[in-house]
Amino acid sequence: MHVFKLIFKNAFRHKLRISLTILGVAIAILAFGLLRTVISAWYAGVEASSASRLVARNAVSLVFPLPLSYKEKIRQVEGVKKVSYGTWFGGIYIDEKNFFANYAVEPKTYLEMYPEIIIPPDQMSAFLRDRKGAVAGRKLVERFGWKLGDIITLKGTIFPGNYDFNLRGIYKGRDETVDETAFFFQWDYLNEALKKAGRSWTDQVGWYMIEIKDPNLAADVSVRIDKLFKNSLAETLTETEKAFQLSFISMTEAIVIAIKLVSFVIIFIIMVVVANTMAMTARERIGEYAIFKTLGFGTFHISGLIFGESLFITMIGAFLGIVLTFPAAEIFGKELSQYFPIFNVERETIYMDIIAALIVACVAAVFPTWRAINIRIADGLRRIG
Amino acid sequence: MSEKPPILIIRNVYKSYRRGSQILAVLNDISLDIEEGEFLALMGPSGSGKTTLLNLIAGIDKADSGTIRVGGIDITSLSEIELARWRATNVGFIFQFYNLIPVLTAFENVELPLLLTGLSKKERGAHVETSLQIVNLADRMGHYPGQLSGGEQQRVAIARAVVTDPTILVADEPTGDLDRVSANDVLDLMERLVHELGKTIIMVTHDPRAAKKAHIIMHLDKGVLNARFQAHL
Repeated sequence: MHVFKLIFKNAFRHKLRISLTILGVAIAILAFGLLRTVISAWYAGVEASSASRLVARNAVSLVFPLPLSYKEKIRQVEGVKKVSYGTWFGGIYIDEKNFFANYAVEPKTYLEMYPEIIIPPDQMSAFLRDRKGAVAGRKLVERFGWKLGDIITLKGTIFPGNYDFNLRGIYKGRDETVDETAFFFQWDYLNEALKKAGRSWTDQVGWYMIEIKDPNLAADVSVRIDKLFKNSLAETLTETEKAFQLSFISMTEAIVIAIKLVSFVIIFIIMVVVANTMAMTARERIGEYAIFKTLGFGTFHISGLIFGESLFITMIGAFLGIVLTFPAAEIFGKELSQYFPIFNVERETIYMDIIAALIVACVAAVFPTWRAINIRIADGLRRIG
Repeated sequence: MSEKPPILIIRNVYKSYRRGSQILAVLNDISLDIEEGEFLALMGPSGSGKTTLLNLIAGIDKADSGTIRVGGIDITSLSEIELARWRATNVGFIFQFYNLIPVLTAFENVELPLLLTGLSKKERGAHVETSLQIVNLADRMGHYPGQLSGGEQQRVAIARAVVTDPTILVADEPTGDLDRVSANDVLDLMERLVHELGKTIIMVTHDPRAAKKAHIIMHLDKGVLNARFQAHL
């Protein structure tokens, strides 16, 4: 007869109570895991950033463009390896609810800078040959049931008008951290359309993407680029891709903090629930603990029984919660793919689930253990009968 | 040849409890000697201090003053941890309500005290089987307390009490929750433990018929030990 057997048998003495507690823990861990995944999804762009890529945008705001003529000047800056550019198009596909990110980019150099975006060579060639060509991520193509050769019409919001694109390529991410819901098309196509319509923003780009030779020199190269355009009509603000992404996150920081708080509140609530279960359990068994003490079992054994039971119950719940997190995240991710292109349960989230469950189990067992080890044997024995 | 010293020597033991601002004296200058192999019945009205004295002898409570020596060890000088270790090997407990662990089988309940010893699983198994054979329950070792009658449960409790071959057995109203037939079975078993195995038993009881099984009957009244006489006289 082992202590583990006793813990197991004790745990299931009140099947309904324990089942409900385990269910509660499972739901709490599921909710905690999903909320942490939402936070991870929020930071997915930051995590996917490369240290060797810089972004130069208008120093006033991203809303204002930069002249196309800056490209050559930036390319000549010491430490710069490659320069490309892009513009946020903001087009709508059929309906506003079908939101996805769409960019007008210099096709060859831009995609070359993103080795994590994988396009079959023949599709890449077709894309480069077709001025109205476009490439879309695998998930986006699946979402709308597109296929190669389809004509996709986007309605411009920033740049009014309907724009037709020929789907020439479907890209996949190198790994699960790559956004597979974006849409890229040729910047020249947009620029020509704007020229034809006589609109502003012609020969202007939203930002420059710069690949540098040495990631350690990112700060120096950024200063050199910004210095180059100091006191011009369009001063630049150059920063690492990570800092650029973080600047977007900072706008929504309050939401992220709120989600984090809610996730901890969930853990606190389940901690109270498990503590209540353990307190009831220990109160009912105080006579039995007195018997154990009478027989010579000490604090270590009594604590082991109560902590063991608390851990057992909580870890079963946590295991169920973690197992359920994956299919739940899959459903959640599909439903919210337009807001969270990358919605994967990270290993760190699972570690946090386990740590949270361990903390819940230990905290919940503290008070019952304290009571059990401090009760006088004679008083405990009097509770029997 | 020198005489063997008593297995239990109690000298000038006082015990009181605090109830609010009041201090209630429960045991007042108790002194007592018990020889090895004796069967002592402690009688007295409710609140006379019988169970308190039994708890002090068994090392589950501490006296305010005085000394209690069991098997040559002064248990009043032991710390809580030392007392727990001492109880594990030196005292067998028999309670009124059996106090078996409901989720453990008869075998597992009897095995409990042995978990604190260094015995192997095989050795523990052999000890448990022997103890259950002594109480005639070897065929019920796989049963849970809920599947046994009151008398059988008390016999399992007795098996648990003797499995470590303790120095003394303490029994608090062992027949108090049993019908007459079961009570007689339990008392006969306790008698056998004394006569055949040479165990020393200190039993608290209200039941004069249970007390008659003892060698010696002592009366406690208002914390004072009044009389000592041979039960069979």
